[in-house]
Amino acid sequence: MLRRLFRNPVLRRILAALATLLGVAVFVFIMLRAIPGNQITAGLGTEAAALTPAQQQALEAYYGLDQPLFVQFFSWLGNIFTGNLGFSSRAQQSVAELTAQSLPVTLELAIFSIVLALVIGIPLGMLSASRPDSPRDAFGQVVGLAGLSIPAFLLATTLLAWLASSFGFNPNGQGYAYFFDNPWLNLQQMLLPSIVLGFGIAAPIMRTTRTAVLEIRSNDFIRTARAKGVPPRRLQVKHVLGNALVPIVTMTGLQFGYLLGGAVVVEQIFSLPGIGRQVLLGIQQKEYALVQSTVLVIALAFVLVNLLTDVLYRMIDPRVRAA
Amino acid sequence: MNRGNRATRGALAAVGVAAAVALTITGCTAPKPAPSETGAAGGALVVGVTSDPDTLFPWKATQFQAVNVLQNLYGTLTEFDADLEVVPGLAESWDVSEDGLTVTLHLREGVTYADGSTFGSEDVKFSLEAIKNEATAAVSRTSLASVAAVEAPDEHTVVLTLTSPDAALPANLAVINMAILSADDTEAALNTTPNGTGPFVLDDRKASQSLTLAKNDAYWGDAAKLDTVEFRVIPDESSIVSAMQSGNVQLAVFDDPLVAQTAASGTVTVEETPQLSYHALQLNARRGDLADVNVRLAIQCAIDRQEVLDTAALGEGEVTGPITSPAYRSDASARPCPERDLDKAADYLDEAGKSAGVTIKTIVSQGEYATSVNEAQNLKAQLAEANITLEIEVLESGAFVDRWIAADFDAAVALNGGRPDPDGMYGRYFTSTGNLNQVAGYSSPELDALFAEGKQSADPEERKDIYEQVSDHLEDNAAWIWLFTSYTYTAAASNVQGFTPMVNGSLQYLRTTTVN
Repeated sequence: MLRRLFRNPVLRRILAALATLLGVAVFVFIMLRAIPGNQITAGLGTEAAALTPAQQQALEAYYGLDQPLFVQFFSWLGNIFTGNLGFSSRAQQSVAELTAQSLPVTLELAIFSIVLALVIGIPLGMLSASRPDSPRDAFGQVVGLAGLSIPAFLLATTLLAWLASSFGFNPNGQGYAYFFDNPWLNLQQMLLPSIVLGFGIAAPIMRTTRTAVLEIRSNDFIRTARAKGVPPRRLQVKHVLGNALVPIVTMTGLQFGYLLGGAVVVEQIFSLPGIGRQVLLGIQQKEYALVQSTVLVIALAFVLVNLLTDVLYRMIDPRVRAA
Repeated sequence: MNRGNRATRGALAAVGVAAAVALTITGCTAPKPAPSETGAAGGALVVGVTSDPDTLFPWKATQFQAVNVLQNLYGTLTEFDADLEVVPGLAESWDVSEDGLTVTLHLREGVTYADGSTFGSEDVKFSLEAIKNEATAAVSRTSLASVAAVEAPDEHTVVLTLTSPDAALPANLAVINMAILSADDTEAALNTTPNGTGPFVLDDRKASQSLTLAKNDAYWGDAAKLDTVEFRVIPDESSIVSAMQSGNVQLAVFDDPLVAQTAASGTVTVEETPQLSYHALQLNARRGDLADVNVRLAIQCAIDRQEVLDTAALGEGEVTGPITSPAYRSDASARPCPERDLDKAADYLDEAGKSAGVTIKTIVSQGEYATSVNEAQNLKAQLAEANITLEIEVLESGAFVDRWIAADFDAAVALNGGRPDPDGMYGRYFTSTGNLNQVAGYSSPELDALFAEGKQSADPEERKDIYEQVSDHLEDNAAWIWLFTSYTYTAAASNVQGFTPMVNGSLQYLRTTTVN
């Protein structure tokens, strides 16, 4: 009975996901405490040297650092199950509230970036593959290489400095506007970071597309289709691209998952209050619960994206459905 | 006896005196001074900052940004003016008894908190006692070490009984960690809703995005001229520059000379201000070869401070001795080796019996401030020529702080904060009972005596002389190697007027600032 239950693929996936999340929780918990310093020294800096033992004790009790490690871990984990993700003394808000504000920012940025990356990457990849080793292939490859090798911070800072000083265009200097408060400003603020991230992600998508298209095109069924007189455009889109989609979706899902972890550098430069910055600030301030809970949320998002990618496979490729 | 008023700040002396008289009169007759109409310029100022305050509770705030925000929200018994002279704050005046053991503070009348409640002597008693209480974990507790008792005989008088005379007390009361809180408030409440007596009140806060202050119309001094000040968090300094160029941000303070250079263009002007904080090679004179004064002096003689400044910080700063506050500033050349002298360094090593050379390990923080590693590398190169091997251990800033706190180092490349009063600045480091003496790694009976004398003396000239001796003693014994002070760079759009940057980095003159 139990064995049959474990053979259920859906249940097995869920169990595996839970095990992954627990692993992440333990790992982050240990890593955070392995970093030198704690919330007291993060807040006071070298002034912490001037604390008397009694003051030190008072602060440890205040931050809950006087508890044994396993108590800290299990009280945090227990709280998670009741929906209490912890409290940030820096922001004076609960982690759940903070995440509810920062996750949509990151999600919006991730969606725009991925869409942009697909819009650039797929046509470019197909263009490259349409005539390998030709000038148009070289063009595609050069753009792809540029996307891979120009660091995001360089592109971001240059773009921002140039637009701000030459055109006075700097929506990101105006303080972040949430989409539902001011959609027009919000979209402007998302423009530059999406371009920077999208350009970087377009490169692997372009390369994956190119390789996959070349591989599919060498298959017999393409030759057959061509022999049967399928018009070239239809052949390219339906037969070639349709079959090349699986590796492209894999790459897209992977990149999207990373984006959900927060593009810290781009969020910093464009002052976007996303989830990457939330984690970074948490680490700087040694706000353990904040970091642990936020990383868990990110891990959960990653797991969900993977699951979604799997579902997409099944929709795209009947062979996966059969398996 | 001190008497004067806030209104003198930043104004010409003559204007200041007139204003002081005028305000003293209104202070006596009207319980609530009406906000001045002269500063009706109004406007909304946006200040670009790289981080959010990490706390809004003044007694525990040490982070630069937190201190800067809280200074505009809370009041202290005394304050500093633009020259770091102590001037009256919530205490309108104070008398010190003949024996120096009783300080009577005469509190300002008609002062209210942001929530409308009235400020009185009970609040002062409550605040000072709470700061002294270790359970509060207030960071400036030791500044009240000489205060034995706080009494509030009437609504507007507070009497401090001291264990020994304390000339540094007025300056110690001026820092924001000594903010006077209402006796009815709690830390938990103030963490979200500041309730102070400052020129501004908290208007709005979006954690890690922005914090907005609004003018406090009930402020006891000249009302702030701005309607609002927004501290907008832009984590990247070069993005702040972009935001200034596009006109979204009007004021920002930078540490990095390179960033400041890029900011100075078009309508943005940049002004540099020397700082009280100082770069030093801290030596732990209680460990290994450094216990020998001759080894420490050899290090002093082997280092050209100007070269460290030039290579690590683009020459943006000034070579310094121990004391950096303008009123007590050390003569940077008053030391056994005013200039680099390798022969003398060799002589000192000989005297220490270390002609073959010594090896010193130093800790260096990475990421806390820009110049640290470059300083260490230049020091290493210079010392190598004097047969002194400097082994550099570069640490992430959290790890550096841990080692520094535990005094677990031979030497440390450090950027330490300075204070206006030399006793507040070095008493805690270099007196044998100071709470940072373990970290300082040096003390002597002479220094103990000098610091005690400095606290006893109420005569400014005499104190100057005493702290010159302190400074000489520190340099003669090469307790540490003081290197240089750097600048901060205040970038302001052309429509910003009336802001005075201060050497302690304070943004208190936001209250006199206008935007057109």
